[in-house]
Amino acid sequence: MSSTEQTADALEAREVTISFEGLTAVDSVNEKLQPGEILGLIGPNGAGKTTLVNALTGFQMPAAGEVRLGEKIVSGLTPHWFRRHGVARTFQAGRLFREMPVSENIEVAAVSLGLNRKKANAHAMELLEWLGLADRAKLPAGVLPYTDERRVGIGRALAMNPSFVLLDEPAAGMSDLECDEIMKIVSEIPSKFGCGVLLIEHNMRVIMGVCERIHVLDSGKTISRGTPQEVQNDPAVIKAYLGHG
Amino acid sequence: MKDLAKTLRVSKLLSNKKVLLVLGLAIAIIGIIVAVTDPVRFQILITSVSEGSFYALAALGIGLLFGVLRLINFAYGDWVMLAGYALILPSTAVTSTLIIGSFHPVLIVLIIIGFTVLLSVISEGTVFRPMRNTSPAIMMIASFALGYVLQNLTIMIYGGRPKSAGIFEELTQQVNLAEGVSVPLLKIITIGVTALLLLLLTLFLQRTKIGIQMRAAAEDFRMARMLGVRANFVIAMAFVISGFLASFVSLMYVTQIGILTFRMGTPIIVFAFIATVIGGMGSLVGSVVGGMVVGVSSVVLKNILPGEIRGFSDAFVFGLVIAILLARPQGLVPAKSARERV
Repeated sequence: MSSTEQTADALEAREVTISFEGLTAVDSVNEKLQPGEILGLIGPNGAGKTTLVNALTGFQMPAAGEVRLGEKIVSGLTPHWFRRHGVARTFQAGRLFREMPVSENIEVAAVSLGLNRKKANAHAMELLEWLGLADRAKLPAGVLPYTDERRVGIGRALAMNPSFVLLDEPAAGMSDLECDEIMKIVSEIPSKFGCGVLLIEHNMRVIMGVCERIHVLDSGKTISRGTPQEVQNDPAVIKAYLGHG
Repeated sequence: MKDLAKTLRVSKLLSNKKVLLVLGLAIAIIGIIVAVTDPVRFQILITSVSEGSFYALAALGIGLLFGVLRLINFAYGDWVMLAGYALILPSTAVTSTLIIGSFHPVLIVLIIIGFTVLLSVISEGTVFRPMRNTSPAIMMIASFALGYVLQNLTIMIYGGRPKSAGIFEELTQQVNLAEGVSVPLLKIITIGVTALLLLLLTLFLQRTKIGIQMRAAAEDFRMARMLGVRANFVIAMAFVISGFLASFVSLMYVTQIGILTFRMGTPIIVFAFIATVIGGMGSLVGSVVGGMVVGVSSVVLKNILPGEIRGFSDAFVFGLVIAILLARPQGLVPAKSARERV
């Protein structure tokens, strides 16, 4: 890794700990998401993946440790602040504006971050074109099937080229073919948007297919970090997934 | 047993939007056909649509704030009331003196718009903004309290007696629309102004930067904020528009009645609030439809009921409201997102 990449702004968790009424959901986790990379975040159900993403996007204040954006300590700031400073995310449930047309779902993010309506519309159409949804731009978002809804959610997060995007299970419940489409989309994000991606996903084919690095959580603790190859062969990971034999 | 099944089928039918739309259009068309054949009925038609427009406008001002903020704003009627009092000299004297109300008509409209918008924005800054993170119920109680504060301020400054305030008196003249059909010019202007304001509001919401953010915020406030929508700005703008609409409601009402009382906002808010409820809380189209239903039925009933029960026409209007809510508890044109915010 060159020194310029080291000093570029990164989204970082330092010793982040989050607990809910005594239950530790995330326990002293360290991670540094660099611009332009795709990092996978995996682990069994309840491992604390979404909770960590919540901390990295302002939805959850860490009980201990800190979240940094570059050198700035940003833990405790609002999701609104994170979005305005280039940290975007998607949600497991699409949470689109169901009454608004698909294009306006993306436009609203672009407009609130500074574009005028015309430019925001052009920007939204570009994103929809890339996502393969251009023909559905005028439909109310509420009528979209689940899989398209996810893709609009990704488009909405990528409006105005954020520096980081955190995708929470974008491929959940999708068929193999749909997973291929999502993989294509996710793998294009860094080059197209210069954006660092953190990907939570249960589908191992998707994770192993697009991630350069993987971080494995189990019961809130980091149990493994490395390349897909390294992680797949790590006995700790195998044990976490297959149970304690 | 058979009857019950029948009733259930009818109410199921009424919950279908298309059926309702056809039914509404049919009633409107039949109404127009019945009306144009007879001068008196035609007069009733114009008057009732005018009354409907008036309540539609008032309901929009309430519906907009509910949509964006889940605020049920009972102080709205008192903004309307104060906008009326702003026309006259502040004094407790028995006779009132027009000050702003004696200016050039254009100036009157502009000053009253400015006054009401300012009142609305101050109300949000001092009362509703600090309470934004409490529950909708608490904000509603606060709006009641604000309303009473404004009413009592009015009594302190202007006294409790009704005051005369004749503005735009030329608008109350009758105009002949056709053989035997004459209505006050104000009725026609009310319809025209409402149509124009509706058009402006629609364009604003559809085409402008603030408009798209406001629609997003009305649908899912938290999500809108997460995407970067500036909540304070969007909410302040919703108050600006609500105040703007209140100023027109006030000018129309005062022109019509010519008298100010500190309680004059109450009947307006009650009817307008009912209009937003039967239209569907949080839906702007619903507010307009609800306003029309309340206004039209109120005027029509006043005219067609037999003389001895005519005085109780409001009872029939409210009966109709109950019937509508029984058939469609969610309102005639419900907002898909009217659920409580989490």
